[in-house]
Amino acid sequence: MELQTLTYIVVGLTFALYMGIAVWARAGSTKEFYVAGGGINPVANGMATAADWMSAASFISMAGLIAFMGYGGSVFLMGWTGGFVLLAMLLAPYLRKYGKFTVPEFIGDRFYSKTARIVAVVCLIICSVTYVIGQMKGIGVAFSRFLEVSYDVGLLIGMFIVFFYAVLGGMKGITYTQIAQFCVLILAYTIPAIFISLNLTGNPFPQLGLGSTMAGTDVYLLDRLDQVVGELGFAEYTTQARLSTMNMFAYTMSLMIGTAGLPHVIIRFFTVPKVKDARASAFWALIFISILYTTAPAVAGMARLNLINTIEPAAGENLAYDERPQWFKNWETTGLLEFEDKNGDGKIQYNADKTTNEMVKIDRDIMVLANPEIAQLPNWVIALVAAGGLAAALSTAAGLLLAISSAISHDLLKGVIAPEITEKQELMASRIAMAAAIAGAGYLGFNPPDFAAGTVALAFGLAASSIFPALMMGIFSKSINKEGAIAGMIAGITITLLYVFQHKGIMFIADTSFLGDMSANWFLGIEPNAFGVVGAIVNFVVAFAVSKVTAEPPQEVQDLVEHIRVPCGVEEAHDH
Amino acid sequence: MAFKSEDDAKAYWKENVGIMIKLLVVWFIVSFGCGILFVEELNAIKIGGYKLGFWFAQQGAIYSFVILTLVYAKLMASLDRKYGVDDE
Repeated sequence: MELQTLTYIVVGLTFALYMGIAVWARAGSTKEFYVAGGGINPVANGMATAADWMSAASFISMAGLIAFMGYGGSVFLMGWTGGFVLLAMLLAPYLRKYGKFTVPEFIGDRFYSKTARIVAVVCLIICSVTYVIGQMKGIGVAFSRFLEVSYDVGLLIGMFIVFFYAVLGGMKGITYTQIAQFCVLILAYTIPAIFISLNLTGNPFPQLGLGSTMAGTDVYLLDRLDQVVGELGFAEYTTQARLSTMNMFAYTMSLMIGTAGLPHVIIRFFTVPKVKDARASAFWALIFISILYTTAPAVAGMARLNLINTIEPAAGENLAYDERPQWFKNWETTGLLEFEDKNGDGKIQYNADKTTNEMVKIDRDIMVLANPEIAQLPNWVIALVAAGGLAAALSTAAGLLLAISSAISHDLLKGVIAPEITEKQELMASRIAMAAAIAGAGYLGFNPPDFAAGTVALAFGLAASSIFPALMMGIFSKSINKEGAIAGMIAGITITLLYVFQHKGIMFIADTSFLGDMSANWFLGIEPNAFGVVGAIVNFVVAFAVSKVTAEPPQEVQDLVEHIRVPCGVEEAHDH
Repeated sequence: MAFKSEDDAKAYWKENVGIMIKLLVVWFIVSFGCGILFVEELNAIKIGGYKLGFWFAQQGAIYSFVILTLVYAKLMASLDRKYGVDDE
């Protein structure tokens, strides 16, 4: 069957499935809307968390990043999984025990302060909005490449689907669609990887294939990869570090604590019945996530090798431009791949030297999206990849939108502005907030602000420097008081923002960077994207210092801390 | 509070933090230790086609994280039972 038709069928079927689930899983109360009723099985929640967490960036971009960064790309692999260990041990069980609906709500109660709650809402909204722009762009790109509809129409269809199940079902609808989306995205990711691993090494497990010998030879795949990238003048794949050891350390740590502090992930743990379910759920989430995250490095290495082998099948024998394969032409028309015949010989030269390299542009996102085509896999696999990319973007977008809308309707409206509204009114308000959040995210998807590209790193930086430390201190210390927490959060965000802005420009406007984006001025050689950990340390230090010199928290707050440390007697997630 | 005594509550929390710290030490060693700080030393050892440090950074650390969260859930469940604070 024609690829185009097949893609429409596969994507159409998955969308029909999501809509069906939406109709079946409608929310009838605020408890269902915010935490899916609080009765989700831990394995199911693990699966939903995995889909919630694995975004367009994990699905589409990560393997491509690793393909060009080699060993240096490990910061994403370790950072984005290691954060779940912190979440499992430091936050999830205690926040579940506390048993409310949102992250700012805990911060507001534990630090007995509406100001703290509002600061947390602001941090949450900045993190989640920057993140959601990326998902919206992912939806638009996936549609325009695979279904050949325009970016705008693609985005509208995506918004409609999310609107349908998120407004109708809230967390309940999102949870069950995320479970379906996890199944779609994990199949879409692993099936091409298995085929490619079989092709190259004869081993069906990509995780083992990457460490195996090339099929029919006794040369290890990674040795071969190191050799060919070396011959083209690139850094050795398996040892190419990301700047310095210090920078890799800080980058990994920032991604880990940022991951643990992202509200849309944390609220997933409010949906399970008991504390022990929250612990189990973190394990299941990590199992499901690790399927993709251990496959990604294999996809990365093998895609890099396949790309080079296509362009230069044997040393010195370069592919003639006129004989380039179909996928090469397809991606050239999207502008993500560009060739320039610098020496005029009609052949493609690809190497690390900017003056002679003729592959002037290879967008890293191609590595996953074009992978099945490069490996000459059947059309249904390519159609599945399109559905998988859309599932990854939709599931994460929905989770983020729920975090945003519940912060607005539950924390700002019910918590601060109009505490007297009834549950029915709050449910209506949360649906309106969700619709508004979708419209806002869509608007940003249609008109991505200039600074959009730089802001995803900011989401992790802010979560790491504000939300994570506040939550951790709220659980593990009885002496941190409201003054300390507020001062700490503000100090953490401020220093992180200042560092990013001073090197990348205020609101990412290039001319306003006052120290220039040059490594010579980096603090300890840490790149701006990796700075969240420093912000977190500042947050901890300021919070401790300020709490030392101000009044200790009232007795009932200290009792609250005692209360959340004991697993038994979990209250149903509800609002008081 | 479901503990029999104030001492029980303190002991429970102390053991809880102990479990957490031990597991976080392992978390640190497999990722930051093996994957970043000592990667060059470990790369001298090869397992199949994988240099060991590279393997930890791109595979081993992730497998270890999965095991750590499982061990944590199991240890905490038995700790809860020991102090009679499991939620059955």
